[in-house]
Amino acid sequence: MKKFFSSALAKGLIWQLFGWIIGAVFVTLIRLLMGLKVFDIFFFTEPAWVFGGFIGVLFFIGGSGIVNDWFKWAKGEETSDHHEDPDGWEKYINVSLDHKVIGIQYTITSLFLLVVGGSFALIFRTELAQPGLQFLTLQWYNTLMSLHGIVMIIGILVGVAGVINYLVPLLIGAQDMAFPRLNAFSYWIAVPGIVLLLSSLALGGFDTGWTGYPPLSARAPVGMQMFFLGVFTAGWSSILGGLNLLATTVRMRAKGMVAFRMPILVWAAIATSIITLTATQSIGLSFQLVMFQRLFGMGFFDSAKGGDPILFQHLFWFYSHPAVYVFVLPGLGVISELIPVFVRKPLYGYRWIAMSSLGIALVGFLVWAHHMFASGMNQYLQVPFMYSTLLVAVPTGVKFFSWIATIWKGKIETPTPMLFVVGGIVVFLIGGLSGPPNATVATDLHLTDTYFIVGHFHDTIFGGYVFPFFAAIYYWFPKATGRRMKESLGKIHFWLMTPAFLTLTFLMMRVGMLGMRRRIADYDPALGFAGYHLVMTIAGFLIALSILIFFINFFSSIKNGEKVIGNLWNSRSPEWQVPSPMPVHNYDRPFEVIGEPYDYGLAGSEYIKFTKGK
Amino acid sequence: MRHFVIVGVLIAVLTPLIYLGVRAVNLMPIEASIQAIPVDWMWNMDMGPIAFLFALIMVPLVYSLIVFRRRKGDTGDAEHVEGNTTLEITWTVIPLMIVIVYAYLGAYTLGETRVVDPNALVINVTAHQWDWSFDYPEGFTSNELHLPINKQVVLKMQSLDVIHSFWVPEFRIKQDVVPGHVTEYRITPDLLGAYTVRCAELCGVRHAYMERPVIVTSQSDYDSWVQQQATAAAALVAKGGPDAGKALVAQNGCAACHSIDGSKLVGPTWRGLFGSQVKLTNGKVVTADEAYLIESIAKPSAKVVDGFPDGVMPIFNLTDSQINNIVSYIETLK
Repeated sequence: MKKFFSSALAKGLIWQLFGWIIGAVFVTLIRLLMGLKVFDIFFFTEPAWVFGGFIGVLFFIGGSGIVNDWFKWAKGEETSDHHEDPDGWEKYINVSLDHKVIGIQYTITSLFLLVVGGSFALIFRTELAQPGLQFLTLQWYNTLMSLHGIVMIIGILVGVAGVINYLVPLLIGAQDMAFPRLNAFSYWIAVPGIVLLLSSLALGGFDTGWTGYPPLSARAPVGMQMFFLGVFTAGWSSILGGLNLLATTVRMRAKGMVAFRMPILVWAAIATSIITLTATQSIGLSFQLVMFQRLFGMGFFDSAKGGDPILFQHLFWFYSHPAVYVFVLPGLGVISELIPVFVRKPLYGYRWIAMSSLGIALVGFLVWAHHMFASGMNQYLQVPFMYSTLLVAVPTGVKFFSWIATIWKGKIETPTPMLFVVGGIVVFLIGGLSGPPNATVATDLHLTDTYFIVGHFHDTIFGGYVFPFFAAIYYWFPKATGRRMKESLGKIHFWLMTPAFLTLTFLMMRVGMLGMRRRIADYDPALGFAGYHLVMTIAGFLIALSILIFFINFFSSIKNGEKVIGNLWNSRSPEWQVPSPMPVHNYDRPFEVIGEPYDYGLAGSEYIKFTKGK
Repeated sequence: MRHFVIVGVLIAVLTPLIYLGVRAVNLMPIEASIQAIPVDWMWNMDMGPIAFLFALIMVPLVYSLIVFRRRKGDTGDAEHVEGNTTLEITWTVIPLMIVIVYAYLGAYTLGETRVVDPNALVINVTAHQWDWSFDYPEGFTSNELHLPINKQVVLKMQSLDVIHSFWVPEFRIKQDVVPGHVTEYRITPDLLGAYTVRCAELCGVRHAYMERPVIVTSQSDYDSWVQQQATAAAALVAKGGPDAGKALVAQNGCAACHSIDGSKLVGPTWRGLFGSQVKLTNGKVVTADEAYLIESIAKPSAKVVDGFPDGVMPIFNLTDSQINNIVSYIETLK
């Protein structure tokens, strides 16, 4: 208990609450002096809640101690390069500069958000199992559905950051990221953002979906502002994390690690970070504009004031499309990284796979308006965006063909990580194949805003992120803890989750094509969808059960898992050439890259050689 | 070599099986518009490469997992094959060519859905939270969209509040209705029947229920319906008063927010409203007299009732006499 309350997490949260109230009271006093309304349905007025929320974030940053070292530098004081972390679990709720601790903090947070977002889904899926409204009100449905979306999205961004932060320094032979304090900041700034997001539940919720389109979002309850502010805050994590990763990979690679001798996951991380560094600002801006429209009456998206709702959609999707490549590029990188290990063959066409990640990132910036084919935007935009969207299939196809060519004639073993890799490939394939009908305008005008789209993106997200994320956890858990997770439970997790998930998404696509719209709390029984919905709900619960089994495995293996200190998977990758758990300072002797990363089958070939060095 | 042959044969067999299987299950609703034809054609064209690519990836994958499984006792690595530049270029260029062809087909089918008939029938559509109303050129408003078969109609759509979207799955095309814009929806229904338009863009709490009938009839049935509606509307306008008001209330979807039985919805109930004392959000208490009711319809934000949200009720396109008729109807609700 005492350990918890003295932690950065607890201090940050308490200071955030305190700052929230101070900020809200401050605005309330000013409003009082100005003769404006000072109380509203949620006690404080909306401007008070928003300003308070903002001050709360600043107080969290101050109170948690993340900026202490920087303040010292500003005052001309020295700080030590390394902070010694405490031994036990409490290091994970305190400020650590160690990228491995930060990576685990991100990963645990991501799993937490997966559970929260997933629970929301289970609630509204239960409501949807039968037509009619059984226990949710329409407002609650819309809020839970909207939060499911954004909580999962933040969970993915944070999970991606976890994988990248933990692994990239290990893969390139660095002691840490280029900017360890910025790294800690990037993690911790997400926490108050998540708090803001979840606080929307207490402030009337919001009924717009995670896309927050005005004019609806301009008239939604106060919870809408908490959504906007929360995402804006969490976005800083993405931007600064991307910056850090790029600096790290450019400047801190081991001797001999030229570009095409980097592990493929590093290429994926680079492509991902280019996106997070440059595109995130667009969603922040679009949300900020709606916030100002609500707070100050600035009519950016209000046609009565000369604004246009469609402008929001352009600004929003300019980030949110590249964002989906942030979701999947790291996972696809994990797939590329793991296949050679489990089939004992080189990664086929490694250089072209590396380029394909950059290609996807680039083309991904040119396709955003495919989310807007029915929006009423200028019709001439439809065809060019269709061309660019279909084009993404080319670099994506390169990955699939390369994976198959790698697996072909390999010597294949399928422990749990490899099961999730294969599952990821299959699920992402289905997600990807359901893309072209959406990319093609004529068919998209039928499919957009239906459950077909919901099925499409669940497939791509699970295949590109969730499955590879689990693969990465099962694979690198021994590296982080020195113990392995139980194989039997891992297999149950996989074999329960995969068929349930495929059933769920196939049925989503089916009802969508037949007329089931998105984001509806209820549907007409005459449409004949009730049976499908019941099965989808059951599938959802089976997925949840499989994830529960995962958690039991995960947490019990930390203490009781079979000890594994060596190169469990017989990988050529640098991090497996040192004992597990990973030493605190990663590599006590530096290494030099003397061969190719994936030269499995080439007798006598080595990838790295440890050198005498400091 | 034999591995390639087996896999090749399996792919060649599986592709048509998947394609035919997908075609056999009726994935789409019935086609009820001319525009649905190119949409479904394009979908079916997409199914070809999709079936092929699914087989192309899945067959070697599953085959490998079985046939190339590590044998017991074999501890070695597999063959050191790094890649093949020609193959990699091929599997970049061929998909690129397919993409270009399909993008062309996509543009072509889009054009087919957009063919303009200069003599199209024009009907104005108003969307608002949470109802649809249809203004016919013959001078009446209906809550049912009647359409004559085989005639192109262009719906000119406006929203009074937030973004909505007009969609009839059997027609295929959907089009958002955006405040500040007039968006057009061109459709030529070609199958008699009763369909439903359901809003396809999340528009607030009652989005799920924002639907109205779309009835496709023969030209002669359509003409008689129009005649009947126009006459009834003119008669109501001439008569004025509560009956005309009641019809206007139905057309404009007021019931989505205002009940007549006393229940509290998004807006205040009308039951017993006229003549009652009303507390406003600024604390003042006023009498809900005729002037109050007129003002509350014309300028919804002027006097907001305590406990109800401001900025939700849109400003409707109503003439003064229409507002008066509505008010006279509200006055009858005890």
